[in-house]
Amino acid sequence: MRFLRRFLIRLLNFATRQSADERLQEEIAEHLAFQTEENLRAGMSPTEARRQAAIKLGAAEAIREYHHAEQSLPFFENLLFDLRYAVRMLLRSPGFSFIAIATMALGVGATTAIYSVIDATLLHPLPYPNPAELVRVEDDLPGVGAHGVGVSVPEWRDLENSGIFQSVSITGTGANVNLTGGAQPLRLSFKQVTPNYFAVLGVDAQFGRTFDADDATPGYNLEVVISDGLWRREFGADPHILGKALRLDNDAYRVVGVMPRGFRDQGSTSEERNTELWLGAGFAGLPFDPPQRGLRLRTRAVIARLKPGLSIAAAQGHLDGLAASLKKQFPADYPPQTEWTIRMIPLSETVVGSVRQSLILLFGAVGLVLLISCVNVANLLLAKASVRGREIAVRQALGAQRTRLIRQFLAESLLLFLLGGIAGIAILLGTGHFLLRLVPESLPHLNNISINWGVLAFALAVSVAAGTVFGLAPAWLMSRFDLIGTLRQEGRGSSGSRERSRARQILVIGELALSLVLMVAAGLLLRSFWDLFKVQPGFNPDRVMAIQTWLPGPNDPSKDIYRSATQESVLLREILRRSRTLPGVQEAAVGDRTALPLGHSHPSPLPLIREGIETMDNQAPVIASPIVSPEYFRLLGMPLLRGRLFSDQDLEDTPQVAVINQAAARTYWPNQDPLGKRVRLRLDARELFSSAEPRWTTIVGVIADARTESLADGAIPQIYRSVYQHPAKSVAIFLRGQLDPGAISAQMREQVQSVDPELPVFRAETLDDVLASSLSVRRFSMEMVAFFAATALLLAGLGIYGTISYVVHEQTREIAIRLALGAQRGNILKMVLRRGLGLGASGAGLGVAGALIVSHLMAGLLYGVSPNDLSTFAGVTVVLTSVALAASYIPALRAMRLDPITTLHSE
Amino acid sequence: MKEKPDVLQGTLALMVLKTLDVMGPQHGWGIARRIEQISGDLLAVNQGTLYPLLLKLEHEGSIASEWGASENNRRARFYRLTGAGRKQLRTETRGWEQTAAIIARFFNVKAEDLP
Repeated sequence: MRFLRRFLIRLLNFATRQSADERLQEEIAEHLAFQTEENLRAGMSPTEARRQAAIKLGAAEAIREYHHAEQSLPFFENLLFDLRYAVRMLLRSPGFSFIAIATMALGVGATTAIYSVIDATLLHPLPYPNPAELVRVEDDLPGVGAHGVGVSVPEWRDLENSGIFQSVSITGTGANVNLTGGAQPLRLSFKQVTPNYFAVLGVDAQFGRTFDADDATPGYNLEVVISDGLWRREFGADPHILGKALRLDNDAYRVVGVMPRGFRDQGSTSEERNTELWLGAGFAGLPFDPPQRGLRLRTRAVIARLKPGLSIAAAQGHLDGLAASLKKQFPADYPPQTEWTIRMIPLSETVVGSVRQSLILLFGAVGLVLLISCVNVANLLLAKASVRGREIAVRQALGAQRTRLIRQFLAESLLLFLLGGIAGIAILLGTGHFLLRLVPESLPHLNNISINWGVLAFALAVSVAAGTVFGLAPAWLMSRFDLIGTLRQEGRGSSGSRERSRARQILVIGELALSLVLMVAAGLLLRSFWDLFKVQPGFNPDRVMAIQTWLPGPNDPSKDIYRSATQESVLLREILRRSRTLPGVQEAAVGDRTALPLGHSHPSPLPLIREGIETMDNQAPVIASPIVSPEYFRLLGMPLLRGRLFSDQDLEDTPQVAVINQAAARTYWPNQDPLGKRVRLRLDARELFSSAEPRWTTIVGVIADARTESLADGAIPQIYRSVYQHPAKSVAIFLRGQLDPGAISAQMREQVQSVDPELPVFRAETLDDVLASSLSVRRFSMEMVAFFAATALLLAGLGIYGTISYVVHEQTREIAIRLALGAQRGNILKMVLRRGLGLGASGAGLGVAGALIVSHLMAGLLYGVSPNDLSTFAGVTVVLTSVALAASYIPALRAMRLDPITTLHSE
Repeated sequence: MKEKPDVLQGTLALMVLKTLDVMGPQHGWGIARRIEQISGDLLAVNQGTLYPLLLKLEHEGSIASEWGASENNRRARFYRLTGAGRKQLRTETRGWEQTAAIIARFFNVKAEDLP
């Protein structure tokens, strides 16, 4: 309390510059008068009395100083003074200040930019309350190599009753639905969710309501919650939207609520995150299958909220217990060889897990750039010290304390770094809009990437921390001037400067090493990207466009006009016939969404039951199974290796046939001929009801592997079926030819809607674009790291240039004498270049060691190139050394052209 | 010139407070002389140290000061104890006495007294 009062009064005095000096002077005068009087009384002479009084009082100036220190806050006073001095020093050398501030602006700005991305993704992946409680639950059958096979409704109920969770919801993973009734049929992304879904996420509607969490409707409850975006875009922010009916896939749903503006759904694909409609469903009644343990909801995810305070590990322990007891209870549903397990993953992991490594790498890279900028500025500060040697020496000679000098230099560097940081933030704020466009759409983020307060605080903290760390060393070295030597020799060749010069060389070596690390990382990423870009995908995307449509699937199957393959084939054949008439089209084919190479959002593999091996869905491995029309393989240039492809004669009532790829043949029929083998895939629920005994499908052909799932993975098993035997709701129309991407969408819409006006036509894209966007995150991190590496190289080049220039400057006299004594100019050049080469070689050596560590850490991001790739390492080392040489060449040339006479005269 | 060690600073503050308590309002020189009389040489070297201390005590609210006239009609700044200062004096006196008693007990212990 007393301390606080004292501090506040002093602060007030400091702020108002109130001085107590006059009062003290007066008091001291009085004091002396009293004491002199007493001394006189004791019998001293007047002069002696005054002298003794003064002696007794003590050193008046020191007392004044202490008194002043007590009156105000000397620390702040000095700080203010130092800052004022620092500003003056910065203004005095504007060139230096500009370069230093610009360097720091680059470092801090780039770091903050990447941090803002990380802040919106890795640090705050889920914009929901208590995000740590949210988990995704997945069922695995590791015994048959099947993962994420989906939950069954009875299992969901077991989870709900397990006591581990507050609530467990089932949700779709993003699917299409047609909204009709407007001017144009509209394809929207929707999710079927259990009514407790929003309660699990902990988000409520902005108006209206979400679903009633206790709603026990077994099928659809015919309620729909819509997104704010859809509400504004399609319904003009109609305030009376609640209660309105929307016709979705020909069923009427009642709008019950509108989600808040910033709400984005969770999910691993951008389609899922941009869901605009949520339909409440119980998953246990029509049109869903009756609840059975063996019937897994394959394309659904389980999102749950853990009981508060329960850790993931503890909850997983309870889950393992639950799985074990269920296996004992229902042995027929959980065959032991499948090793059924339930796995829990933090929900954040499913959103950002796939990009974590890339983002951390980016942050590491930008951190190195920041470090290099700091080193560069520290280097500049040291260079400046040599110029200011005399000033410092004079001030020391006049009695300036060393701590005081250090504090002052620190204030200077802090000011520089802070100004740099502020400039960086300002540039970022100014260009943020442009920079955001560089971030690929596929980078998962549910929060908007923005420069918020947290990011600003981070940027300021980084600037201050960097300023302290990298200002302290130069400040310390600067204050260590050899006083006499400096004054006598005017700063030439004193021991302090030798120390500083060593410090500068160490800094430059560090810079070179760090930039080599960055360049190796960039080089390896570039090689990976290039290899992926150049990889033979096994299909020919050239001049191919895919345009999608969606056939409505009403809840009552009997109302579905495209219920059977025969019904659908009429539509598809007509669409194909009409598309071939479009200008430029040479070939046309259709497939379902999974047939779209690299473009489909969520693979939904089906269990593969091989005749004579498996008997039940839940024993079987799972396989991706696109549905295509016969022309598909030829259009995409996927060569047939054995057997035959589909023909137009393979129809619903003829024997079911399938084509597999080599990987499937190798995996499921090793050392056997797959032709003629019979399989059964988990069938569409509607087919299950229509025919009690599913029919066997015979494998009739084997095609070459194509990288249709992932460019990085060449051999993913696939089984293709014909669209004329299996109806598909999602339809992608593939066209090859000289197409006009701008016009094709409208042309196709016209053709499709002249067959069925209720069908939407959307997402016309070239396969080249699909390919490119499948690499977009990779491309983003590669380009960023490459940019950072180039920046680092530039900074390192400047650093080595500055250092060598300084060395030459310091040795001017020596070089002049050598020249005067007849040294060859070429030798002088060589001598200086050798210095640069030495620095370059040490930096490269250190850098290679660091790069080896980093390249192994990032091995997971590489494709087709080893982390120790010799050519990358060698190339980068050569580049770095040449830059070091080139940067030393200019000062070396200057040294060589020195005129000994004028130099020695001027000294 | 080095600052006096903390202990001495603390004791000096206590002496000032006690002086003001016993003698009533006093000017700086009066306090200094009084302390000097009682403590002998302690403050003989630099009476001036007193003034920053007085300012500090004033900032802390233990004492207050105002201009007034001395016995021989000189203008002088008089310091007096405030309520807070009186309380502080009491607690610090108690603390000192306790410390002194403990130290004294230690000094009085002889080897044969220990069990």
